[in-house]
Amino acid sequence: MQFWIIQGLNSLALGGLLFLLASGFSLIFGLMRIANLTHGAFFMLGAYLGANAIRSIDGVNLWTAAVGTGLLVAAAGGLLERLVLRQLSTNPLGQVLVTLGMSFIIADACLMIWGGDPIPVPTPADLRKPLLLFGFAFPTYRVVVVGCAIVAAIALYGLLERTRIGAMIRAGVDDMDMARAIGIPVSALFTAVFCLGAGIAGAGGVLGGPIMSAYPGLDADMLPLALIVVILGGVGSLLGAFVGSFIIGFIYTFGIALLPDLAYVILFLPMIVVIAFRPQGLFGRIGA
Amino acid sequence: MKRISGVVFLALLCVFPLFAGDFYINLASQILIAAIFAMSLNLLVGYGGLTSLGHASFLGFAAYASAWSTTHMGLGVGTAAVVAILATMVMAGLFGMIALRATGLGFLMITLALSQVLWGLAYRWVAVTNGDNGMSGLVRPAPFGISLDSGANYYWFTLVVFVVSYWLMAIFVSSAFGSALRGTRDQARRMSALGHDVWMIRWITFIYAGFWGAVSGLLYVYYTKYIHPSSLSITASAEGLLSVIAGGSGTLGGPVVGAALLIILKNYASAYVERWNMLLGFVFLFIVLVLPEGIVPGLKRIFSRRQGGQS
Repeated sequence: MQFWIIQGLNSLALGGLLFLLASGFSLIFGLMRIANLTHGAFFMLGAYLGANAIRSIDGVNLWTAAVGTGLLVAAAGGLLERLVLRQLSTNPLGQVLVTLGMSFIIADACLMIWGGDPIPVPTPADLRKPLLLFGFAFPTYRVVVVGCAIVAAIALYGLLERTRIGAMIRAGVDDMDMARAIGIPVSALFTAVFCLGAGIAGAGGVLGGPIMSAYPGLDADMLPLALIVVILGGVGSLLGAFVGSFIIGFIYTFGIALLPDLAYVILFLPMIVVIAFRPQGLFGRIGA
Repeated sequence: MKRISGVVFLALLCVFPLFAGDFYINLASQILIAAIFAMSLNLLVGYGGLTSLGHASFLGFAAYASAWSTTHMGLGVGTAAVVAILATMVMAGLFGMIALRATGLGFLMITLALSQVLWGLAYRWVAVTNGDNGMSGLVRPAPFGISLDSGANYYWFTLVVFVVSYWLMAIFVSSAFGSALRGTRDQARRMSALGHDVWMIRWITFIYAGFWGAVSGLLYVYYTKYIHPSSLSITASAEGLLSVIAGGSGTLGGPVVGAALLIILKNYASAYVERWNMLLGFVFLFIVLVLPEGIVPGLKRIFSRRQGGQS
């Protein structure tokens, strides 16, 4: 029983981290039609920057590190969008290739600066004690990560559905030319959404640090999971990213625990089922 | 004129090992293998308008299948090659059924995800793939009793396969089917209104590209006599895609030129810098931002301009 509960919680924690990664990817794709392959590298960059800040700067704890790193990565994303992607706005394939190239550059720079050994991120001291509930011990930090993901999901939902900027973003997703024609500053929105997506991914990397630590190849491990989440949930859909993240979190965690050799193959299954019956994804309205 | 220069070039390739050192012979073999891989990807990218970021899955899968069936099943190298190619084509058929539900960026994302799943499998399924240690102790085939263990013999073998593959792919793209494929790239809706089965055309092309990907995978595993999960990685797929786009997608010679440049760059750069991935990233940026049409079409344009606009 303890096994199932712990693995269930691990699944939720991984799902939460995946949501932080996939929601930004999905929003960027939905609005800008850019498959941002740098997203996994943003996550890894966040993990490294956060790990470093916590270990070397006095007075920085996990939460301030997550916020600071999120802002830094958001700025990096904004630069990428403004300086490079902007020039390729008529060339979607070129944009993908540039983001792929950037992901190689960032990943290799991380390897160069921080070396090949994983850098563990300490769990905050007050969250190290297990949480006792109904006679079971839960790792507190994982519960907190799930909480963070849910808070982020609610905040993003509120931003998209309840604010003026959110309404502009939705208008841009639905019909960009019309949105432009009625005076919505789509170009500024692009930068804002790209920064937002990159920032969430960077902060997610820091929050993931105590669970998976920062290591070379983290980007290559996370990006395909995020892609599968987005393929499952449907691009541009926040709800799709949310549901897809937890589905993949469960399948991947239980796959690793029960069938460690074949965990990756099991990821095929939901993808095949969804693509066969609903190519636009569970909650997607637009085809990818 | 074009035909004569082609024959001269081919003759030069044939006699190349007689005056070149071992290093250059091996480099040339690598280029030919990478060129077959890039040409097969070009069928999808250039002629089909289907940009795949998972083409290394065919190369890696065929290489693993050959390695596994010779070491674990005790098959001869020749039989194993047939098994590996057939298995890869079946896999290409399945992957195609999944990936071709989408086009454009969706296709790219699905092929990337599928190939990453295979890559993860190669790492984790240690019982079959030997994980991160890779599979070693593999042998080269000996067609008609000729040993391919010397660099020069293996180069000639690769050259023969390369010429055959180039020729067959040239026939493929200039055939009626090739025209239909280009039609689905440019005007998919119109093609389907004209009664063509767009999906089927793409699917067949996907499997055909998988076939030549498998052939390049076999040549690759014979060349290195070793296989590691990194041959399935996104870097491997990206190198292939970069060769196609750098050389010029949708041209026959472009991917060959792109592959040659990339292999030469990789070999020489690795002598001076350790950071191949970073360099690869910068090459990506350079090509997309500066030479988006590729080297071969770019040169063609410059050349035809010099001749007074005749093309």
